[in-house]
Amino acid sequence: MNAGIIAVTSEGPGMESMVDSRFGRAAGFVVVDLATEQTSYVDNGGSQSMAQGAGIQAAENVARAGAGVVLSGFVGPKAFQALSAAGIQVVQNVENMTVGQAVDKYKRGELSTSDAPNAPAGGNKG
Amino acid sequence: MIYAIASGKGGTGKTTVTASLAAVWDGPLTAVDLDVEEPNLHLFLAPEITAEEPAFLEVPVLDAARCILCGECAAFCQYKALSLMGKTLLVFPEMCHGCGGCIALCQEGALSPGGRELGHILEGSAGAARFLMGRLRVGEAMSPPLMRQVKARLRRDAAGDVLIDSPPGVSCPAVNAVMDADVIVLVTEPTPFGLHDFRLAVEAFRPLGKPLGAVINRAGIGDGRVQDFCREAGVPVWAELPFSRAVAEAYSRGEVAARAVPEMRGMFLALMARMRGAAAASNPEEADHA
Ligand code: SF4
Ligand code: SF4
Repeated sequence: MNAGIIAVTSEGPGMESMVDSRFGRAAGFVVVDLATEQTSYVDNGGSQSMAQGAGIQAAENVARAGAGVVLSGFVGPKAFQALSAAGIQVVQNVENMTVGQAVDKYKRGELSTSDAPNAPAGGNKG
Repeated sequence: MIYAIASGKGGTGKTTVTASLAAVWDGPLTAVDLDVEEPNLHLFLAPEITAEEPAFLEVPVLDAARCILCGECAAFCQYKALSLMGKTLLVFPEMCHGCGGCIALCQEGALSPGGRELGHILEGSAGAARFLMGRLRVGEAMSPPLMRQVKARLRRDAAGDVLIDSPPGVSCPAVNAVMDADVIVLVTEPTPFGLHDFRLAVEAFRPLGKPLGAVINRAGIGDGRVQDFCREAGVPVWAELPFSRAVAEAYSRGEVAARAVPEMRGMFLALMARMRGAAAASNPEEADHA
């Protein structure tokens, strides 16, 4: 896992899109390579419609994108466990800002990683 | 014949209707509480429980030493109960639906069957009737697997009729309960809320193509809109049970209305006859043999 690649849960595909506070049910992820400033978008729509396991599916999507850090609002226990197993760091409580703002905050060291989930099981179903 | 007593929402008196029917039923009967999340039929039937057994769902147990991290099991599981993340195969037994696919599929023998306790199945007798109920373990999220195991015991002993006290609502457990029934009895109240949920239940259960009738409980407390809806939708009203002081007192003592209140007994006998009539009309061959 590359700690220089971060995935931000996002309502849309660009840096100006709003952060989606839900992890498992996020619309998608904006993936930013901090070294090259390149961004790409990973659609997470498949997870949104799952009856269960959305958080795990989303964690798999993040891992496949090669990210080493996730910025999101609320991450449930199973998703957290899955991300941790893959060595992906989790930053929670990121919301009410654009993806670009979140990335800037992260770069300035204003966001810290968590060692426990902050959402209840199955709680990201909205 | 299997008769499912259902309702679009809780609190309509579905369980007390089931208990009264069980009290007046003639012929061999099994009364089943399939509302496994909140079983309460036993509170009215006061059965003598003769057996109580835990029920398990077969879930995979991982032997990490044998796992080569090929990821095939995780790709197969449609419920995300298995996930290959980095160099770890994660198993989430509480998400497993017990299909057994992953265990059969693993070439390395790294997955073996284990058990997740779903709850308990209780058996006994209530008067002349056989009694059966499932009780979901606190914290267990899935009720259909336990319901299936309760129903499997029904099939083993198929003699006589079956009354199922179904979970309220129209979600997966409710549909699971009425699925195998020959006749569906929908209990409702003549209030605007009652009508709303009753309508949803009619819409959800009608496509199953089974004879369906309404029991209007506490008739007289609301308006006539449930009756109007039944007429327009072509749902027969099989019983209108009045709400009387005597009935309320019987319930408060945990008694069954059909036993405690003489005129209720006649109403439940009439309801039973209508349910049987509907079953016979939809199964003409079996009726001929009877
Ligand atoms: S199929 Fe067997 S060997 Fe492959 S990841 Fe699953 S448990 Fe491991
Ligand atoms: S038994 Fe079926 S549902 Fe359970 S983990 Fe294996 S594949 Fe998934």
